[in-house]
This record gives sequence, structure tokens and C-alpha cells, in this order.
Amino acid sequence: MDAGLIGSVITVLFFLVFIGIVWWAYHRDNRKRFDDAAQLPFQEDDDAGRRPSEDHPRRAQ
Amino acid sequence: MEATTYNYKVVRQFAIMTVVWGIVGMLVGVIIAAQLIWPDLTYGIEWLSYGRLRPLHTNAVIFAFGGSALFATSLYVVQRTCQTRLLSDGLASFVFWGWQLVIVLAAVTLVMGITTSKEYAELEWPIDVLIAVVWVAYAVLFFGTIMKRKTKYIYVANWFFGAYIITIALLHIVNSMAFPVTLTKSYSMYAGVHDAMVQWWYGHNAVGFFLTTAFLGMMYYFVPKQAGRPIYSYRLSIVHFWSLNFIYMWAGPHHLMYTALPDWTQSLGMVFSLMLIAPSWGGMMNGIMTLSGAWHKLRTDPILKFLITALSFYGMSTFEGPMMSVKTVNALSHYTEWTIGHVHSGALGWVAMISIGSLYYLIPRLFGREEMWSVRLINVHFWWATIGVVLYIASMWIAGVAQGLMWRATNDDGTLTYSFAQSVNAMYPFYTIRLVGGFMFFAGMLLMAYNVWKTVAAGRVVNDARIPEAVHA
Repeated sequence: MDAGLIGSVITVLFFLVFIGIVWWAYHRDNRKRFDDAAQLPFQEDDDAGRRPSEDHPRRAQ
Repeated sequence: MEATTYNYKVVRQFAIMTVVWGIVGMLVGVIIAAQLIWPDLTYGIEWLSYGRLRPLHTNAVIFAFGGSALFATSLYVVQRTCQTRLLSDGLASFVFWGWQLVIVLAAVTLVMGITTSKEYAELEWPIDVLIAVVWVAYAVLFFGTIMKRKTKYIYVANWFFGAYIITIALLHIVNSMAFPVTLTKSYSMYAGVHDAMVQWWYGHNAVGFFLTTAFLGMMYYFVPKQAGRPIYSYRLSIVHFWSLNFIYMWAGPHHLMYTALPDWTQSLGMVFSLMLIAPSWGGMMNGIMTLSGAWHKLRTDPILKFLITALSFYGMSTFEGPMMSVKTVNALSHYTEWTIGHVHSGALGWVAMISIGSLYYLIPRLFGREEMWSVRLINVHFWWATIGVVLYIASMWIAGVAQGLMWRATNDDGTLTYSFAQSVNAMYPFYTIRLVGGFMFFAGMLLMAYNVWKTVAAGRVVNDARIPEAVHA
């Protein structure tokens, strides 16, 4: 195998990994866990007097 | 017994030192900007010469100011989003005092002229060893805290902080490999073009991971908190994280265009730099769109103004950077003031502003106050800082393009149209505007120090911030 072929194979592999990450991130089954994780900064007592928001923290989806 | 409170002490220490080192680092910046206009400003005293103060300025603003801001925010965010106290209070103190020692040693050795001459890695080997030890302690502290978290998930901000901690350890140790000759002198383990490539692999990733990834971690916590709503798209933040970190690693060669570096390596660096636009802008949009539906808050909340303006400068400089890495553009821009303008668009506009905004959020909470002593002063600071950055980067753009065009101009017979001294002479007005802009930014930091002083004086030290009892998802 020459360097050019190795380079091409690795490029394709990394591209597939990228597609895999996007697929995983946007998969319907993972929606709830990511929505829950997004709420993490708000599941704590805010120590300053000001409440985080007058809005409901969870965006309407 | 399980701790019931957070460790705010180390956060408080680093938060205060961020303001102190910010003022010191930016003051040195103002002095060297003035030296470019009045070269005899410091009466030829060698310790205060431009060549020694310049690395002092870069090290102070990046590692002392930026570093302290990152220690403060990462150690605060990791505790609060993992709902657990730091792994060890002793280790936290070691990280704080170790890092302050590094900064003091850097300040002393650099003005004495002790340097490895590697940009952003000028410190000599004993200090490098100390940095490595402190950094490993920081990694143990951070990841140890994540391992004992009470939450199910690891919040995205911690992913960004984690990537930065691992990568900086790798970059620092590889690039600092050297053969010591004496206590204050060593030679790099690499030679020639290899040395250059390792140096800029380090140098660009110092920008990519120290000044970008880590501050994005800050963004992913403080923007949602201050806006009072979760991040626009958590899923986008995952794609953002992996693609940004993967691509940044390869962009270093763009610092070595038209050098002895092999041509294919230069092209590789350029292509990866161009690809960086995608994750950079994805992250920027994710931050800004968090405000969607609550844009009115920008009118009244100066902390949000800092955070969102920081993201706007981040967008601008991450567009400009890839453009400058295009070989033909680089042929004009490299070695000119344009690069200095680009760096400060990122360093002042993005890094400093996101840190300042986060600190204005953090400091009242660390000192038992509802908000800073004066919200109006935050607003004044915001405008001084913004106008300062704009003056700085606009003048350096014009200066850089003018410089590049003058250097390449040739007469019909092939001789150079301008001598080098003529191009230096043309810089005076722009250097003056830059000094004004830089001074405004510096003066804003003084305002901040006053506001922080008043807030601390009126507040009380918070050591009893309670960890929530109930564990949620």
C-alpha cells in the first residue's frame, strides 16, 4: 500500500466516524437523554437571589 | 462523611486573580504598544525592552489572565453540573498556589531575558516541569470530580473543559521536550523544520484548545445560565465538540506557509483551517440562538451583552482565521500587523469578553450578593471594551494590508518600491489608534476591579453553598 492509498482510506474512515456521530446525536431514541442533559445547569439551587428566569427553562419543542 | 457544600474557595481565589492578572497583562500590552510609537520610552533599560516585555505580555494575558479565568470557571462548573464537591480541597489549593508560582517565575525569568525563544512556550525547563506537575494535579482534580458526580450525564461544558485539559497536557509536554544544559538554559529536542512544525502544532492548538475549546466550555454554561434557558441545541453541541476538536489538531501548518515545510503539509494545514469554519460557526450560532425568544434581555442585561458580543467576535475571528490561512491571502497577511489584529479580535473580543461576562455572573455568587455592586458600571465597561476592541482591530487590519502591499510593491525594473523603513514609518497613525483602543480595554479592566472591590467589600465569603439533595436525571 502506498501513502496515497492509506491517506484515502483514513479520510473515508474519519468521514464515516463523523457521519456516525451525527447519526447518534440526532437519533430519535437519544432525544430524551440529550434534552435531560441540557437541563443540568438548571437542576441546582441558584445561590444568588435572582432566579434563573421568568421564562420556563425548557424550551417548547 | 459526604460533603454537603461546594468548594468555592479555589473558585474565589482564581476569580480574583483573573482580574489582577488581567490588569497586569494588559498594562504590559499598553506599554509595548506605546514602545512601538516611542521606542525610547523605557530609557533603554534592558529588563523593560520590547523583546522581553512582549513575551511577558502574551504569557500574562494567556496563561495568567485566561488561565485563572479557566481554572475559576471550570472548577465552578464541574462542581455545580456534577452536583458534587471537588475531589480534594488540598489538591485544589495546590493547583492554585502552583499556578501562581508559575506566573511569578515566568514574570521574573522573562524580564531577565531567560527564554527558550519558542513563541507562547518561552519558559525554561524547570518552569515547564512545574507547569506539567500542576497541570496533572488539575486533571486529577477535574476528572476525579466528574467520576464522583451525582448526575447521570456529563454536561457538555465539562466535555469541552476535559478536552482542553487533556490536550494542553499533551501539547505542553511534547513541545517542551528539551535537553537541559544549565538551570536556565536548554535546547529543544527537535531541530530545523521539525522544530518549527512541533512548535506550531503546539502554538496553534494553544489557540485551539486553551483559547477556544476551554472558553466554549465557559460559554456552554454561562450563556444558558444568564439567559435563563437551556442551550439552543444540545445535539448540535455534540457534533460541535467532536468536529472542532478533530479538525483543530491539524491546522498548525498554516503558521508556516512558504517556509521550508513540505508543500503538502502546508496545503493540509490550509484545508483543515478552512474546514474549521463549520464547527466554529455551528458553536457560535448555538450560543447566540440560545437567546432566541428572549432577545429583549440583551437590551437590559450588560452581562449578556458581554457574552453575546464575545460570541460575535468569535464568529468574526473564526471566519477571518481560515481566510488568512489560504495561501494567497497568507502571502499578503503573514508577518504583518493584520495577524496582530486577528489575534486580538479573538483574544480581546472573544476570550477576554466571555471571561469578563462570566466573572460578572460568578463574583456576586461567590461573595453572597445578588448582583455586582454597580450594574451601571458593567454597562460602561462593556462599551469601553467594545469600542476599544473595534479601534484595535480596525487599525491593525488597515496597517497590515498597507504593510503587505508596500512590501510586495515593485518598480518596472524589478526593484522594491519602498524600503522597509518607509513601511515602518507608515505605521505611526495606526499604532497610535491601536494604543488608544488597547488603553480603553485596559481602563475597562480597572473599572471592573473597582466594581469587584466594592462587591467584595459589601459581601460575605460564601463557603456554605449547598449541594442539592435530590438527584435528577
